[in-house]
Amino acid sequence: MENWKNSVRTFWTAIVPPTFWLVTFFIIPLSLIWLYSFSTKTGVVDITLDWNLQQYMRALEPVYLGIFWKSIWMAAATTFVCLVISFPVAIAIVFAKPTMRMWLLLLVILPFWTNLLIRTYALIAVLRTNGFVNWGLEWLVDHADWALSFIGLGDNMLIGPFTPLQLLYNNTAVVIGLVYVHLPFMVLPLYAALDRLDRSYLEASLDLGAGHTRTFFSIVVPLALPGIASGVVITFIPAMGSYLTPDLLGGTDSYMIANVIASQFKQANNWPFGAALSFLLMYATFFALALRAVLMRKEGRGDKR
Amino acid sequence: MRLFRRNPDPMGPLDYARRFWLRAIVTLTLVFLYAPIIGLMAFSFNDSRRNVVWRGFTTDYYVRFFNNDSLMLAFGNSLTIALMTTVVATILGALTAYVLWRYRFPGKAIYEGGMALPIVIPEICMGVAMMVFFARLGWPVGLPWPINLGSITIAHIAFAFPFAAIVIRARLENFNRELAECARDLGASEYRVFRDIVVPHMKPGLIAGALLAFTLSLDDFVITFFTAGPDTVTFPVKIYSMVRFSVTPEVNAASTILILLTLVVTTIALWLQNRNNMIGKSAH
Repeated sequence: MENWKNSVRTFWTAIVPPTFWLVTFFIIPLSLIWLYSFSTKTGVVDITLDWNLQQYMRALEPVYLGIFWKSIWMAAATTFVCLVISFPVAIAIVFAKPTMRMWLLLLVILPFWTNLLIRTYALIAVLRTNGFVNWGLEWLVDHADWALSFIGLGDNMLIGPFTPLQLLYNNTAVVIGLVYVHLPFMVLPLYAALDRLDRSYLEASLDLGAGHTRTFFSIVVPLALPGIASGVVITFIPAMGSYLTPDLLGGTDSYMIANVIASQFKQANNWPFGAALSFLLMYATFFALALRAVLMRKEGRGDKR
Repeated sequence: MRLFRRNPDPMGPLDYARRFWLRAIVTLTLVFLYAPIIGLMAFSFNDSRRNVVWRGFTTDYYVRFFNNDSLMLAFGNSLTIALMTTVVATILGALTAYVLWRYRFPGKAIYEGGMALPIVIPEICMGVAMMVFFARLGWPVGLPWPINLGSITIAHIAFAFPFAAIVIRARLENFNRELAECARDLGASEYRVFRDIVVPHMKPGLIAGALLAFTLSLDDFVITFFTAGPDTVTFPVKIYSMVRFSVTPEVNAASTILILLTLVVTTIALWLQNRNNMIGKSAH
């Protein structure tokens, strides 16, 4: 790498256009809502910048604290489910034959490239009252009832007539949707961590008489911990800030923080408050990222040992 | 079925990939990931409005899709925005990558952090920031097509070019700096070196970055949703309004077309990347 002073003209020609774009169309808009978050709404469209913390105080009201808590809780549930599903998947990919491994990785990544909106819509078709899941359950119940009629318990005596389950428009649907969308975020870091793992440790553990479960919890998990932490943060951050999934799959009580921000800017038309909420969400994101950076640094130190 | 077939070799202790329960979990996960999407695509050909039972094959909904003026307009808008975004974002991304790769300068760490911001901040925050920015600026509305797509395109470029920069920079990392120095020694100008030495080496990265920018722009919903006006509807925004309304085969058909388009672009990108890696490997 050379010092920029060696070729000042080239340096400036190359750096000015992207910097201009980033500053004008990204930093300035963000600064604008940062200023708004310290402002007061004085009329229908009038906003006065008077450097007060009123909007942030309002965000601490129980209603909004509850929504923040709910977002964190839903994101945590999503992260946990993703972790439980991803671990065996990552193990299977790592220990698969090289050609198979390529295909499995590709299959896990491919949904990434499908539009988020379309994936969410696809889930609606599966989960709605006359969707695939309920259709399958109805078929099962009908046939179970038919089978039971042979021992004289038919005609819905034992299992009642099928009532479709309400699978959509509740918190469970939102978590299912978030898991569906964020699964690759967890599989990839876990795969990377497990791939680096020295297999002789596992062999040693198994040779010395530990079972697979014990080996998993005493060897694999501690050694893959930085990767796990990285996956947890990478899954948690976008899950907490997601807008579309709770919007389409959630009910009236599944509002997450991004939905509140959107409604402040669209329907409620209270921009300063929406701006304050946006910045709180951003600070939470930065905090999680900083946490990840610290954990990654620890991992780097661990490798040297 | 591969899942159940017995392998004649005895299973080693670390052959986790051959254990039945792990295979079952992987299979179930893949079903979970793919069944909804494949179902959606399959039922775009279903001859029934009630989406669940198969009533026979039809391409009716595709015919309707191509005859639906507002959908086609949204589709055209999306493609126009994506193309404009691709061109500008690739150029800006290449310049960013070049600067970060070549120079040491004060505040570089902060600069890199700033460039990563559009990637890490929640989409909703960027969406509302863009909405406020353009409202505050008094961005004119009701301009003739395609100038009215300007605000959306500007926002798309702002979030797409840092992604392109990452891809292009990864490609630059394995560039032999001595080549550029050689050319300089032999009397080539700064610009000539860039055009004849650096850019040809960057080319696979440029293509990959361009395709990434294209799919990012084509797929974006949240940021577009907040910057779009009533007369600048993009394809995802249009699908969103249809999805809110109901689940219909028309939406399935429209979604299938978007999925296939992204899939084709991504496959080309992966193929190009793979091919270049192969060429790179055999050359060394």
